[in-house]
Amino acid sequence: MSAERKGRLKIYLGYAAGVGKTYRMLDEAQALRAEGADIVIGYFEAHGRGDTIAKTEGLETVPRRAVSYGGSQFEEMDTEAVLRRRPAVALVDEFAHTNVPGAGREKRWQDVRALLDAGIDVLTTMNVQHLESLNDQVWRVTGVRVRETVPDWVVDEAEEAVFVDLTPQALRNRIERGVVYAPEKARRAMDNFFTETNLTALREIAMRHAAHEAEDKLRPATARAPSGRRERILICLTGSPSSAILIRRGKRMADYLQADCIAVHVSGPAGREREAVERHMSFARNLRIETHVVDGPGVAAAIAGFARDQRITQIFMGRPGPRPVWKRLHESVVQQVVRQARDKQITIVAQRG
Amino acid sequence: MADLSRRPDPEELLRRVQAEERRERRGRLKVFLGYAPRVGKSFRMFDEGRRRKERGEDVVVGSVQGDVTPDIQAILSQLELVPTIPERYAGREYQVVDLAGLFRRHPQFCLIDGLASDNPPGSRNPQRWQDVENLLGRGIGVITAVNVQHIRERQDDVARVTGKRAAYSVPEAFLIDADDIEVVDAPPEALLGRGDQTGLPDARQLAELRELALVLAANVVDRQLQGYLTSHGIAATWGVQERILVCLTPRSNAAPMLRSGRRNARRFHGALLAAYVEQENLDPEDRRKLEANLDLARELEAEVHCLKGGDLVDAILAFAREQHVTQVFLGHTQRDKPRWFSRSPIDRLIEEAVDFDLRLFPHGDRA
Repeated sequence: MSAERKGRLKIYLGYAAGVGKTYRMLDEAQALRAEGADIVIGYFEAHGRGDTIAKTEGLETVPRRAVSYGGSQFEEMDTEAVLRRRPAVALVDEFAHTNVPGAGREKRWQDVRALLDAGIDVLTTMNVQHLESLNDQVWRVTGVRVRETVPDWVVDEAEEAVFVDLTPQALRNRIERGVVYAPEKARRAMDNFFTETNLTALREIAMRHAAHEAEDKLRPATARAPSGRRERILICLTGSPSSAILIRRGKRMADYLQADCIAVHVSGPAGREREAVERHMSFARNLRIETHVVDGPGVAAAIAGFARDQRITQIFMGRPGPRPVWKRLHESVVQQVVRQARDKQITIVAQRG
Repeated sequence: MADLSRRPDPEELLRRVQAEERRERRGRLKVFLGYAPRVGKSFRMFDEGRRRKERGEDVVVGSVQGDVTPDIQAILSQLELVPTIPERYAGREYQVVDLAGLFRRHPQFCLIDGLASDNPPGSRNPQRWQDVENLLGRGIGVITAVNVQHIRERQDDVARVTGKRAAYSVPEAFLIDADDIEVVDAPPEALLGRGDQTGLPDARQLAELRELALVLAANVVDRQLQGYLTSHGIAATWGVQERILVCLTPRSNAAPMLRSGRRNARRFHGALLAAYVEQENLDPEDRRKLEANLDLARELEAEVHCLKGGDLVDAILAFAREQHVTQVFLGHTQRDKPRWFSRSPIDRLIEEAVDFDLRLFPHGDRA
């Protein structure tokens, strides 16, 4: 289904559960309804919060769809029903949610894109730690690896992002009063994720991201390197587990510098690494990074040659792992690239473990 | 924004301890920060007052600003008001916060709208934010609201965006010392669609002011985070802010490294540092080149540090760790061939740089 006009996406962005994203979104929905807009609730998660539930009064809700999985019943947004209902505006909570297997699309943001394609405007909510590009930073700061992520390009398609703020102390007070979670869960949350340091750091990350987004909307589409050439960043992929960090870091840098971003893997003898490499390549493609495979013989020479052909300005590589002393007599691939591509900027990315 | 992004030095720690002691006697200060009129600051402030009152706290309103919208009027009708005192001076109307009345009433919290107002000559304080200081000093908590346009240290940025400077302004230190700061955000489009448009910046200006407000808030929050970590004895090796260290030597091709570092720092709203390792017996030519590089660093507003200590790699690693650096920029080695058994500084940095990205720059001018 494709409409003449794509729907507009508006995201209420916060830094943790309980800061008031859904409440603000419902506030706007009520204002739109008062103006006579045809608006429905596609999906809304009340979490038993009284003041939030009160805000849904008078709003039409499209019933959810029951999905059974592993012997249990789950409820997901009934995207097809919302499409049939065809409102002007749909309200869809929790943008980063992963649907139960067998419920149609894998991710809620994919459901939302289907609504947008049909010309329906969507209001949604999301926490900043679900952004793919911030995954490592959030992990480093909080010790928590967020599993449900949304690629940045999906979020960048939003016409508006509103930052919903609350001080960490006020949030912790709300959790203590049982507004956000049930009492037992609240205690665990306060001791683990919702510590004052974690919340303060996440809040700072969210503010910087929101500032960046605001600025991004102002800039012309292309930027130039100091020399006047467009920056082109090359990410060198291997089968190493740290490749995911490398991909996110390179892509984040490219996005901030408005540079092109491509990834390359030098194929070696077919082996046990292949599966891991394929996974990393597909992860890169999900982030809209163009991927290439080139042939050896020497890995460093192949990378240097590819970088020259592709007019790369910066090469991103992972740190070589710890090596036994006798192997240090030979150069690591990184050191060889450093020597062979000396006209390029080369960034060796920290693992930040 | 270098003043906000620096790490604490001993002086600052002392000030922080003193501030802590002062804070125990002082009332709590909460500031709602917005980026333009009509973003909804006043509503959020009064709404917080209402909620606190409902929870049993003793809240009064000390000042109300401008035209009161119906939703704010609805809240005000539930709150006690200590009205401002109207005064005339040189043909101008002023509304002055009734400090004496508030001292007598001595509530737990006082709501002060229009923080960036001034008082007529002869008043107790020239500006309203100083009235707020007096209230806090008497142990009265204050909740207030201000626009980024009225922050004194941001006047150059604001003037660059809007072409105008605010007549009255609040020092940034007032925000930094606040116990809580909360951002009131709304998309610029929403502001433009609302009511009287006269005097309101256009969409582009609003977006730039919004960015200014968010970065200012992030820097204040970063201060709070560092303060919290320090006071709880937590040594964090990570930072939320990007901090870029450019390593300079007499021979390094400093200009592209520093320019790229400046651009990076600006794009990430981060900090730019430059460091060189003190070397004795530099020949005059190298000394002159190093000085020129350092001059350029200062010109690009990098924070310049001189590192003592013999070994280049050890000095860089220690400094980077201490300063929570996230990216280190260094020139490529000029050597062509690997030298067996003696690893170059770059080889050692590649192996030992766990916490930061290491970016190597070409020696030529082609970057």
